[in-house]
Amino acid sequence: MSMVNVGRPTRPEGSTTETRPATLTGGRGLLQDEALIFELGGWDKTGVDMPQPALDASDLGDLVRKDPIGLPGLSEPEAMRHYVRLSQKNHAIDLALYPLGSCTMKHNPRLNEKMARLPGFSDVHPLQPQSTVQGAIELMDRLAHWLKTLTGMPAVALSPKAGANGELCGLLAIHAAHDAKGDHARRVVLCPTSAHGTNPATAAFVGYSVREIAQTEDGRVDLKDLEAKLGPDVAAIMVTNPNTCGLFERDIMEISRLAHAAGAYFYCDGANFNAIVGRVRPGDLGVDAMHINLHKTFSTPHGGGGPGAGPVVLSEALAPFAPAPWVVSGSDGYKLVEFEEAEAADAFGRMCAFHGQMGMYVRALSYMMSHGSDGLKQVAEDAVLNANYIKARLQGVMSPAFPEGPCMHEALFDDSWLEGTGVTTLDFAKAMIDEGFHPMTMYFPLVVHGAMLIEPTETESKFELDRFCDALLALAGAAKGGDTERFKGAPFYAPLRRLDETRAARQPKLRWTSEPGANLAAE
Amino acid sequence: MRFTKDHEWVSVDGDVATVGITKYAADALGDVVFVEVPDAGKALSKGDSFAVVESVKAASDVYAPVAGEVVEGNAALSAAPETVNADPEGSGWFAKIRVANVADVDALMDRAAYDAYLASL
Amino acid sequence: MRYLPLSADDRAQMLDVIGAKSIDDLFVDVPAAARRSGTVDLPAHAGELEVERELAALAAKNTAAGSVPFFCGAGAYKHHVPATVDHIIQRSEFLTSYTPYQPEIAQGTLQVLFEFQTQVANLTGMDVANASMYDGSTATGEAVLMAARVTRRKKAVLSPGLHPHYVGTTETLAHAVGIETVTLGAKVDAEADVIAAIDADTACVVVQTPNVFGTATDVTKIAEAAHAAGALVIVVVTEVMSLGLLKDPGSMGADIVAAEGQSIGNALNFGGPYVGLFAAKEKLTRQMPGRLCGETVDAEGRRGFVLTLSTREQHIRRDKATSNICTNSGLCSLAFTIHMSLLGEKGLRQVAAINHANARKLKDALSSVKGVEVLTPRFFNEFAVRLPKPAAGVVEALAKKGVLGGVPFSRLDPKAGLDDVLLVTATEVTTDADINEFKSKLAEVLS
Repeated sequence: MSMVNVGRPTRPEGSTTETRPATLTGGRGLLQDEALIFELGGWDKTGVDMPQPALDASDLGDLVRKDPIGLPGLSEPEAMRHYVRLSQKNHAIDLALYPLGSCTMKHNPRLNEKMARLPGFSDVHPLQPQSTVQGAIELMDRLAHWLKTLTGMPAVALSPKAGANGELCGLLAIHAAHDAKGDHARRVVLCPTSAHGTNPATAAFVGYSVREIAQTEDGRVDLKDLEAKLGPDVAAIMVTNPNTCGLFERDIMEISRLAHAAGAYFYCDGANFNAIVGRVRPGDLGVDAMHINLHKTFSTPHGGGGPGAGPVVLSEALAPFAPAPWVVSGSDGYKLVEFEEAEAADAFGRMCAFHGQMGMYVRALSYMMSHGSDGLKQVAEDAVLNANYIKARLQGVMSPAFPEGPCMHEALFDDSWLEGTGVTTLDFAKAMIDEGFHPMTMYFPLVVHGAMLIEPTETESKFELDRFCDALLALAGAAKGGDTERFKGAPFYAPLRRLDETRAARQPKLRWTSEPGANLAAE
Repeated sequence: MRFTKDHEWVSVDGDVATVGITKYAADALGDVVFVEVPDAGKALSKGDSFAVVESVKAASDVYAPVAGEVVEGNAALSAAPETVNADPEGSGWFAKIRVANVADVDALMDRAAYDAYLASL
Repeated sequence: MRYLPLSADDRAQMLDVIGAKSIDDLFVDVPAAARRSGTVDLPAHAGELEVERELAALAAKNTAAGSVPFFCGAGAYKHHVPATVDHIIQRSEFLTSYTPYQPEIAQGTLQVLFEFQTQVANLTGMDVANASMYDGSTATGEAVLMAARVTRRKKAVLSPGLHPHYVGTTETLAHAVGIETVTLGAKVDAEADVIAAIDADTACVVVQTPNVFGTATDVTKIAEAAHAAGALVIVVVTEVMSLGLLKDPGSMGADIVAAEGQSIGNALNFGGPYVGLFAAKEKLTRQMPGRLCGETVDAEGRRGFVLTLSTREQHIRRDKATSNICTNSGLCSLAFTIHMSLLGEKGLRQVAAINHANARKLKDALSSVKGVEVLTPRFFNEFAVRLPKPAAGVVEALAKKGVLGGVPFSRLDPKAGLDDVLLVTATEVTTDADINEFKSKLAEVLS
């Protein structure tokens, strides 16, 4: 079988004994155990008052739904309590540092939320006459200008819905560009072994096969291996820069030169753009396409998993293949071009319905205007400073994966410092929860054993960073001092203890059902 | 019992080989939560991926250690994937394969050679 | 800078701890040729007041739907969203949390996802729903890819009433991996045309109800024909409010449902972010794209929720994943769940009935305008009319008179030869006065 190095306990182990008395109701402190809406008994209730319609659906005949649907209702106070109680079981950037490497969990300014809710942006229909949405189209044009200027790239496709959708857009443009040259032999995309999972997944989504590029001992792309693997069958290389080890690819110009010399395009995964925004322009590095996660670098909220936005900046070579829609401006105002005709016959098609994530465009532009060119440069500098500060404070005790030289916006540690303690990366992370901190990204990138990837972002104060480092150093001391029980059973103080993921996967229960114990999922 | 460097084991009875993954591999995966085994009649070349084994955080293809035709997949594993952890080199077998050339099995590692190989990893 | 906590003094102390002389020392790995002195050519930072002033001026140039009689639909709908919804989704713990990869401290988001999946499954009549896609169009494209994986066939037949943007998005995704798409030409009431196009290579048929012209269709016969040929049935719903009145796709034989959930809980937002709903039959679970939340227990045996069956996904399966999707529409699905749990079945049926009743009033009103012909035979809250002149010009003229009078079909598909077709929608926000205003202004424009 193909071997894996990520197998790790997915069932609770260690102590489950409590020295404190268990509560009688399942509540904890002020946190009540919260039922599902389906258990609250609201089968004939609604929290919305409406007039009774004079319904005549006779023309719909058999199309009318008769059986119960299975949707309980809640009055307004019940709904408010239910969801507010649930919210209190979440960690959030507004509560504390959220050091997930590769995720750029920075402060989400509320001005952005206020701006996105202006009726002129939130209450406009994507297909109302363009003459009635000139301000909305102008906003898209301004956002495009900021993104192009910050990246030093000539074109941008705004519509991709998130980072992975942006990767798809970029690779489709690359595919179209090769096709336009009559070059149909390029079927391979090269990705470093440290790549985000979305990179190989996207390449496969476009029908490419993926070949991995080796990494050097100092955590960068192995140029010799890259050169050996570049050939007439390679459509593109996909490289994250700064890379997923938190390091700037020193040889980036050579990487792009080699790719271009071999007739391939250079797709840059822009997930880590926060490290260089306002200071380094990807266009100066030879990039042909790069997505920008507006929900990372440009502060739009993660919202528990989305929505994001993934505009893709494009080089001159790829610009003609950008998907519809895009903005043009002239004497009669702004125009959204919605079809790949006439002026852009090469456009490859459409990424989604309508025009992309307008709500995110407003938030991102509000953020960019607030920071300005000077503030954005400071963002990158403070993000990098904060990460290096954490690395410096922890490196005497924990083991940096790449100790030589500075890191960029995130500090990567391996688990060699835990050797012999009986504590794993996972245990250590879960014990962080008890100390009030969200764990860092674990077991990614795959190239580093027991990886712990810490990205503080620029919106943490020195006080917060010190608290975080002090907590990690204290935990590290406990691990090395043989206090393993603290780790094996952790977390003890979170709303729930460690979850049985093995059981969830072996007997999937993916929806509520009225029959106790019923399982509704595939074998 | 014979072994491959990809951590499959093979046990031959007549011209039918029973194939599974080794204890080392099962331990490395962690709790196995899903197994997909092949249907009878499927023709396999050596090295073909013929089964999938998954834990919560990992998924692996299982490769045919020798060429042949699948006689039976271990249907019991779909309902009880934990068998792969509990008894990887026994009731946790994946498939029985009618081997094209029994001598191919003899060419694989024996237990001592496999143990030495594991020690070298 | 109000978003940056470090002071100059902090920075100096931190550089000292790091052992760097200046911030430039930390950027030494950047090649000299790409180093820049100074800032990029963009405006400098601005205060909250200045930003607000500038963006408010842009917003003021747009005609908000709520400010005029409004009749646009075609995949994006204006409904009333209770105030509670926007309040809750702005709670810090929902708004500013990440994907729930650490379940012990993300039970809020996870339990909501479990409720969302259940609501979507029950609403669509399917067994399993995922934790959301980007929107209805990408959900449709992903459904086609999934059908091709399941059937190991490479052809998808798209119905004549499938929203043209959904056709475009599906073609983008399908063609990239060599799946052929068969389109049948836009028609008002011809979903069943897909039956004749089914052959032994067909992986799936994609049928929309109500379709882009508003026509509601019983999919049962289409499903029977598809299943007889070994093909899967994908039912697309762009107006999910319709499921409060119309039969669910599951009861009509759907194998996969791809829907746009914007109508519940989410504003128009000029087209995004929206929330794609994706639901399927139980046996297809392992081929589904996107995140799935499942129930389990913690170390003390208490009920809890986790993301599960993750080996389908890109972060584990990489190039063999069922999709490349990572970030989805988390907060929009939260809005959906809250709005739906305020409505409940009772409220959903009621608001759906109001939509239908208002659309029938609109139909009666527009039918009485000289030269207007209603094309859609059976509809929920949206229908197509034929005008005596090109619809695009009529809509522009109506806008000048203060009415947002629907979507010209040519805006969606200029090559369909349906330039005189206008799509109009009424929902619970539509008043009798709005309808009267539309009727009289349309009569003026057409006279």
